[in-house]
Amino acid sequence: MQSSLADRFYDAAVHALAAFGMLLLLAPTFVVLVISFTGGITLKFPPSSWSLRWYLELLQSREIIEPALTSLKVAGLATLLSTILGGVAAIGLARNQSKVARVLDALFMSPMVLPAMAFGLSLLLVFNVLGIRLSVATLVLGHTIICVPFVIRMVGASIQQLNPILITCSLSLGASRWYTFRRVTLPLIKRGILASAFVAFLSSFDNVPVSLFLADARTEVLPIKLWAILEGSLDVRVAAMSGVIVIVTLIGLICAEAFGGVTRQVGAR
Amino acid sequence: MSGSATHEPRQLLPALPLAALFLAAFVLPLIVLVFISLFRTPQFLELSPIQYVKFFRDQFSVTVLLETLLLGAEVAMLSLLLAYPIGLAYLGSGKIGRALITFLIILPLLTSSVVRTFAWIVILGRDGIVNSTMLTLGLWDSPARLLYTWGGLVVALTQIQLPLMALPVINSLLRLNPNLVKAAEGLGAGRFRIFFTVVLPLTVPGAIAGWLLVFAAAATAFITQTLVGGGRIVLMPSYIYQQAVGVQDWPFSAALSLIFTVAVIGIVFLVGTTSRRFARGIDAV
Repeated sequence: MQSSLADRFYDAAVHALAAFGMLLLLAPTFVVLVISFTGGITLKFPPSSWSLRWYLELLQSREIIEPALTSLKVAGLATLLSTILGGVAAIGLARNQSKVARVLDALFMSPMVLPAMAFGLSLLLVFNVLGIRLSVATLVLGHTIICVPFVIRMVGASIQQLNPILITCSLSLGASRWYTFRRVTLPLIKRGILASAFVAFLSSFDNVPVSLFLADARTEVLPIKLWAILEGSLDVRVAAMSGVIVIVTLIGLICAEAFGGVTRQVGAR
Repeated sequence: MSGSATHEPRQLLPALPLAALFLAAFVLPLIVLVFISLFRTPQFLELSPIQYVKFFRDQFSVTVLLETLLLGAEVAMLSLLLAYPIGLAYLGSGKIGRALITFLIILPLLTSSVVRTFAWIVILGRDGIVNSTMLTLGLWDSPARLLYTWGGLVVALTQIQLPLMALPVINSLLRLNPNLVKAAEGLGAGRFRIFFTVVLPLTVPGAIAGWLLVFAAAATAFITQTLVGGGRIVLMPSYIYQQAVGVQDWPFSAALSLIFTVAVIGIVFLVGTTSRRFARGIDAV
């Protein structure tokens, strides 16, 4: 088939835009990694000299390390809570077509629809009215709610993919419901649960709208701290911290991929 | 456990703990938020809808809201323009190419938003990539101000939210029956015509889903808005933050966040339903 001028233009335009789009997707990660090894004291790109000085400086910066540790702690606890509560709820909701189940499903998914700042502010106001002091616990509570929709969707999806006949078989062969759950259901949805825990962890670690209102001087978390630093000055230590985040995320993604195909799970979300 | 489909309410017991948590830590706070927005002063003495009246009478506040919604729409449009070529490239790639594109999309989605925003500060800054490239090529005489501008903010947010558009667009491109494209080709349609009369209409659901996700994410992206947009571009998220944490005007900030929430969800709902009706209309043709 011979192609017209318009067709050739179409192909060229699509390829150029696709290449540009992919470059755009890759650029920030690449830029952050490169700039974190700068030897200079500005964010000049490309750097004129190379060094590890900002990583070394980062190790000495308690004011960044402490929020990073708080973030890890909060994300860990929020992931644990949302995966357990959300996972159990998803198992209860899956394949239940009653009205109550649909209402509950909508309720558990709503933190994803609602602009999270309104939720963060509402929690702050409630804690204020009730006289509850902000702490790691209040932060974990807010983050758990934010993480739940990911767990409900991803665990729910893996239960939907499960062949119900396997469970019927197990039950009819005399296994108890608990044994069936432990030995049949759980192993089959394990990947979904792990993938949802991975995404929940990252979304808590990265959360801004809730932390913005619930993190105070004693419970500073990393994203808010980095934001505050960047609002004041263009501190190159942020580049080193960003470099660490990118590398750790990359390793996490590769591990999760090797383990259970997280990209497929996230993509199917 | 999770056998065949059921209507039995007893099976919902596992969802109870989470339901209780959501009532206490999600529904209750939102009710309190609505209640607080109805007070006249931060002392919570007298109920009145004055905060809402104040907002809609104030030119500045209304402009902030409209500009925030406009930002969301612009970013969503621009990412739509980039998502389709990426999606088409994905369709045309082999196994390795597809895995690579998926990786490129997922990676920024998983990297912290502060990190992605920071990258844009480096790219758009005075000594940043764009400026140094343009100066080296001799296209610009002096560094341009790209950071703290509307255009810079739109481009940065487009990149940051692009994955949210690319995933649903790719999903619906994958669902498109390739025989339809072959049939159109066989009947002699050009590439442009095939795209606009076959591919685009049949993948509208993915495009809408992505549009809505990007719109909502860009309109609420506090970090990117404040760091790339700078202090002079005031948008709803920073306005709410400033009124709540800076001024500590609880009733007004509560009203602001509710107005913003209703506006974003309202647009998502409106665009979602009208464009779905539009898509059905095309199906009928």
